[in-house]
Amino acid sequence: MSDRATRWDEALLPPAIALAIAMVVGDVLILAFGQAPGHVFGMLLEGTWGNAYGFGQTLYKATTLICTGLAVAIPLRAGLFNIGAESQLAAGGFAAGVAGILLPAWLPWPIGALVCVLAAAVGGGAIGAVPGALKARFGASEVIVTIMLNFIVLAFLNWIVAAKLHAPDSLHTVEIASGAVPRFADVSSAFRGSAANLTLALALSLAAACWWYLFRTRGGYELRAVGLQPGAAENGGVVLGRTWFRALVLGGALAGVGGVNYVLGYKHYYEEGFGAGTGYMGIAVALVGRNHPAGIILASLLFATLSQGGLAVNAIVPKQMMEILQAVVILAVAVSVPEVQRLLRASTKAAA
Amino acid sequence: MTATAAIQLTGIAKAFGPVHAIRSASLTIAQGEIHALMGENGAGKSTLMRVLAGMFTPDAGTAAVEGRDVTGWDTKAAIAAGVGMVHQHFMLVPTLTVAENVMLGREMTSGWSLDRAGAEAAVRALCERTGLVVDPARLVADLSVGEAQRVEILKVLFRGARILILDEPTAVLSPPEVQELWRVLRTLRANGGTVVLITHKLDEVIDISDTITVMRAGETVGRMSTAGTTPADIARAMVGREVALAKRVRSGVVTPTRASPRLEVRDLCVGSNTRTHAVDRVSFAVQAGEIFGIAGVEGNGQTELIEALAGLRRCESGSVQLDGQELSGCTVSERIDRGLAHIPEDRQERGLVLDYSLADNLILGRQHRYASTFALDRVRVASNATTQIAAFDIRPPDGTLPAGALSGGNQQKIVIARELGGAEWPAVILAAQPTRGVDVGAIEFIHARLRAARDAGAAVVLVSADLGEVIALSTRVAVMYGGRIVTIVDGDAATAATLGSWMTGAARAEGS
Repeated sequence: MSDRATRWDEALLPPAIALAIAMVVGDVLILAFGQAPGHVFGMLLEGTWGNAYGFGQTLYKATTLICTGLAVAIPLRAGLFNIGAESQLAAGGFAAGVAGILLPAWLPWPIGALVCVLAAAVGGGAIGAVPGALKARFGASEVIVTIMLNFIVLAFLNWIVAAKLHAPDSLHTVEIASGAVPRFADVSSAFRGSAANLTLALALSLAAACWWYLFRTRGGYELRAVGLQPGAAENGGVVLGRTWFRALVLGGALAGVGGVNYVLGYKHYYEEGFGAGTGYMGIAVALVGRNHPAGIILASLLFATLSQGGLAVNAIVPKQMMEILQAVVILAVAVSVPEVQRLLRASTKAAA
Repeated sequence: MTATAAIQLTGIAKAFGPVHAIRSASLTIAQGEIHALMGENGAGKSTLMRVLAGMFTPDAGTAAVEGRDVTGWDTKAAIAAGVGMVHQHFMLVPTLTVAENVMLGREMTSGWSLDRAGAEAAVRALCERTGLVVDPARLVADLSVGEAQRVEILKVLFRGARILILDEPTAVLSPPEVQELWRVLRTLRANGGTVVLITHKLDEVIDISDTITVMRAGETVGRMSTAGTTPADIARAMVGREVALAKRVRSGVVTPTRASPRLEVRDLCVGSNTRTHAVDRVSFAVQAGEIFGIAGVEGNGQTELIEALAGLRRCESGSVQLDGQELSGCTVSERIDRGLAHIPEDRQERGLVLDYSLADNLILGRQHRYASTFALDRVRVASNATTQIAAFDIRPPDGTLPAGALSGGNQQKIVIARELGGAEWPAVILAAQPTRGVDVGAIEFIHARLRAARDAGAAVVLVSADLGEVIALSTRVAVMYGGRIVTIVDGDAATAATLGSWMTGAARAEGS
């Protein structure tokens, strides 16, 4: 349909420029630390893509980012800014953890994992439903509601784990009885120590499903129309409120499934604060990935590389430098991509 | 011409990305004339004038004002040199008075405070000199559209403009207000001012202008003296071929066999964002084979009425029936399925998703007919596009192009094709400003389609700011004023003069 491969160059140019700017800024910073940029970037690549452990860690980090990136991108396609991926991710992880604890231990892992994944989607989707319903019913700003909900949900989950569900002397729950997902290390010993697990396949399939939904189905056709031109969509028989609700629930569910990566694939329990900003980082992933599932996969790999690479080069430059680089990429993309400009225009129009 | 031209544009080109808005435009405007710049929508008229007013820098070509080369100047310099532009959309602060709006950006002060009395006196003097009658002490929010436009013109003149550019100034005016504007422009001309009028209305140009320049596809294709030309000549220059101008043909065939009307509206009340009764107890019925025209100055409830009928706006009370079935409570989608077609007044906001392809736009509102559970049937979407593009002569004929890349006329053809091009004729067609911003050639085409739908037995409701269009097409004409239908006259008896007095509220129904 309209989103054709012919506009590849147009889609890829802003992120490419952003990356180039980040590289230049990175060079300057590295020089300021008295190191050679070539050496540092070489170490970064070696520590992320150069060995199986680093690569596995990069993939592990990318897995959650794909989910939270999609969680921001789907609502953004409908013209809504979902800032709530952080708490939707936590709620999904919590729901998966609780489901895994409650399941009987004899259940084969694929069935257990399926139940836990569904629980995660429901958990995240439920959090997404709140701003969705408030937006559809009262026109409440989804930006405000999702931000505020982050505080409420995270505080509530912290309380319930600390007060009721924690394992002795810890801030996490007990281990799940069923649903643990195989790690790559179980298959190939080269990945030993890395947290990369089969959730990656799930995240990639979700990205593919999102692409199909957005560009091949009636629901996606209507959702994108609402984002591009709400007036025309409405005139085309699309009910705006219903579409907004659907987009935010879907976004919440996608973020929720991201929680599976940690809970089923890595630690096998829910732990306070495991998201550690991955939900917010989903905003950057969606913007850099231009709200396209394929772009989101690439952007997730990029941010995962920078994040893991920060650890790899920590011996000679502080890992905070990589966080600065991530911020530079985000800023550069933010000023250049049309989606952001459209949102800014829309919000200034609403304010006027 | 021995005197230096007021404006001399030579070989101007301006592109926005890949779109060449102007390819090669040259324009000569003499001192003290009223010059009409004509052309289809998208021909580049507004862009050319924005280059002149300093808003855009041209890619090529030179601009000279009163013999001085001013190529690539900015708006500040343009204003200082006496070139002022009155835009299509008003840029006024509604909470300030007329005088305050006029002096905005050039505030008169006495000591530390604004000199309101001085400003009012200055504006009043300007009003008297130019014949632009408006009370400087009134709030802009309280003004009519025609008065607001006068304030816009005053603003430009207050800054010392001697060359006045007006972009489609009559779009929002009633016939008497248009005459008033012409009087003002003639006064300006008499005082040595130069006026450039951007328009696509042929009769206006014949009325007011001294000279005409026609633009087509980003180029200036003709310059003629108004006295020696006819509307047909201008139309031919605008489109590049012969066109049939809208003439009153026949008032339509009301099928007497059909006992009940196809569309019946009873005591309909609709609110708007600012008023509770934007539409106030409106009743009318439209028969099969009839075009029911609604004339009126914009903002008298026509928009709200059509949106309510289309299901986009909530009705406060009253009933709407299509073929005897109640529509209130039906969603937009249900109305479409019952045979209600809607050509919205703002095709860029309501009619089309500009970033969607032609093919995707051609199914908007009917997407459920192309969908299975898991996918849209892309083959059928594409074949529908191929059929419609051919049947409605949409150009360029490429279903994968984004709708936003097409000209205004072709964009409107997409909407018309979607609403009228289905396998069955719609039962009721709501056509709001169906030819606004559309070129002469496409107007002819759209009128023919509406007549064909009428002849096929559809009931057509036509709202248009173009009185000539309403008179030419309608079986009966209603006039809306202040949210009410103040009169309904037979199409054959409707004239601009009689409708005009109803439109301004000057004429009133007896006994009310």
